Amino acid sequence: MTLPSVVRLLGLLLLVAFITMPQAFAFIFEPLITRGAPAIYNQGSLLALTLQHLRTVFLATLASTALAVSLGIFVTRPSGAEFLPLSRSLVNIGQTFPPIAVLAIAVPLVGFGEKPTFIALFLYGLLPIFENTLTGLTQVPAQAIEAARGMGMNAWQRLSQVELPLAFPVILAGIRLSVIISLGTATIGSTVAAKGLGEVIIAGLQSNNIAFVLQGGLVVALLAVLIHDGLGLVERAAARRLGRAPDEVS
Amino acid sequence: MSSATSRTSTLGVAPPPRPTLSFDHLGCVIAIIIGIALFAAPFATYRATRIASGEARFLIEALPIAMGTVIVVVSLGVAVVAVLVRDPFGRLGSAVIGLAVLLPALGLSAGFLTPADNTFARVSPSLGFWLLTLSFSLLAIDALARLRLGPYGRLVALAVGVSALALLLFSGIWDSLSILKEYHTRADTFWREARQHLLLAFGSMAAACIIGIPLGIAAYRLKTLRTALLQGLGIVQTIPSIALFGLLMAPLGAIAASVPLAAALGIKGIGAAPAFIALFLYALFPIVANTIAGLSQVPAAAVDAARGMGMSARQQLVEIEMPLAFPVILAGIRIVLVQNLGLATVAALIGGGGFGTFVFQGIGQTAIDLVLLGAIPTVALSFASSIFLDALVDLAKGAHA
Repeated sequence: MTLPSVVRLLGLLLLVAFITMPQAFAFIFEPLITRGAPAIYNQGSLLALTLQHLRTVFLATLASTALAVSLGIFVTRPSGAEFLPLSRSLVNIGQTFPPIAVLAIAVPLVGFGEKPTFIALFLYGLLPIFENTLTGLTQVPAQAIEAARGMGMNAWQRLSQVELPLAFPVILAGIRLSVIISLGTATIGSTVAAKGLGEVIIAGLQSNNIAFVLQGGLVVALLAVLIHDGLGLVERAAARRLGRAPDEVS
Repeated sequence: MSSATSRTSTLGVAPPPRPTLSFDHLGCVIAIIIGIALFAAPFATYRATRIASGEARFLIEALPIAMGTVIVVVSLGVAVVAVLVRDPFGRLGSAVIGLAVLLPALGLSAGFLTPADNTFARVSPSLGFWLLTLSFSLLAIDALARLRLGPYGRLVALAVGVSALALLLFSGIWDSLSILKEYHTRADTFWREARQHLLLAFGSMAAACIIGIPLGIAAYRLKTLRTALLQGLGIVQTIPSIALFGLLMAPLGAIAASVPLAAALGIKGIGAAPAFIALFLYALFPIVANTIAGLSQVPAAAVDAARGMGMSARQQLVEIEMPLAFPVILAGIRIVLVQNLGLATVAALIGGGGFGTFVFQGIGQTAIDLVLLGAIPTVALSFASSIFLDALVDLAKGAHA
């Protein structure tokens, strides 16, 4: 076993151990609290919050992936080519919007709770996936498409058997970025009453309990790092299957 | 994420020879949005007080009849141009005219809808206005993208946009609008938070440049340092902002409690200190990574020639390598600035101030105008800085081309 995979496994074990039996770690956080405040978050189960957090991110990413990849395919076909320059500009502009702004603007429109968080995650998650779908599809070598055409493949076959598989690692990199941004935005989502791990941090900030803030921060940070790392492994495996050098995409 | 702008031309399949009358697809979409905006969506929202629920006002009720007619005629004109005219200058021109009529009209509508001597009533733009703005802006953005403006062209466009906005804000045309009423009741706080926001974003960026560029140079020379540094900073980059703020609070609080000097300097667990440090840590990665990338792409021949001329290692770095790496480092600074301006919003959550203060207050009071008072300046700042720095990056590249 290599060193990185040992660290990875230890991190995962630590995370699972902490969210399933947080009381066992109470001794670490006790020095931080004052006046008999609880050392471990006591307004809900960490496990349930983690699962809820992951569910929101997963559903939003799924929805953004479906729409962003379809849009990416559409604007790279001849029939959608008129939309290509505009869509590139829109992605660039969209990325200057801070996720919190999207979240805050969604609240008055749809109310508090899961909905504004989901909308912010979905909209903001579109951008990296769309951008990478464009990059991936436009980087497919013209010879590969010509060869596919020469073999008698129709447009649909060329797309599904040549272009998309070749663009897949790049699209995956976009999805990874989108997931990481979403994990962070979902944390802020707790300020608009969405269920998630941000609750622990916010509760700590409101009751001036640094132990809550620290454990919430640690769980969210560890979760993000592990997911980022895990998706990176998938991405490299996908790139390797294409026989490419496993280039580090950040 | 890498951009692939250079591929656009190979991909943008040459359009087939056009029949005499052809419809622009994007233009059709824009025309449909304009149609909905004019006839099926309310133009403005009227509220009896700042947090009362809104009543829709359609275009016909929201403006004096003459002005309403002007808006309809101009908007339909823009729609026709969008569908039929292909020349980007024509499209840009019509979009600009559309915006020049629409934006002041919003202020007029606010004055028209607010009863005289009523200081509680609030008028804010509604779906119809937003859709019209969206469709005109889409047309303008598309035309600008097709014009492929050079860096100077984009700077001029930015300057025109900023001046137009400044004119609208300072001429008083918009003063009856809800968001500006919100601003006028807290103008002092607004500018204080604005200063704090800029201080956080630019200060942490400057600190990251001062530390990050030398670190990047060192990491370029030492492979072991490079791997460890990039991995470590990469991990920091994946930690969500609010979690990182939280993680910094405990150690900073402990420092403040045990080191009186730190406390005297204003370092404490909550407030600007953890926010500043978090933004600084986020900013290091793009700066270090781009310094390394910039130095790596300096042609070996240039360095050899410099050595052949008898330059010392220091001279090589200062006179040859750094200038050649500069555009790439500047691209890193652009990423950092846009990222910091956005992240600084979250700082308000831990008492760090900035425009986020209004956003979170607004969320708490369900007062959308207050949210927008924080969100719009943030978005405008990051948008303007990204255009400005993108143009600078292009100019820096051009200087060495």
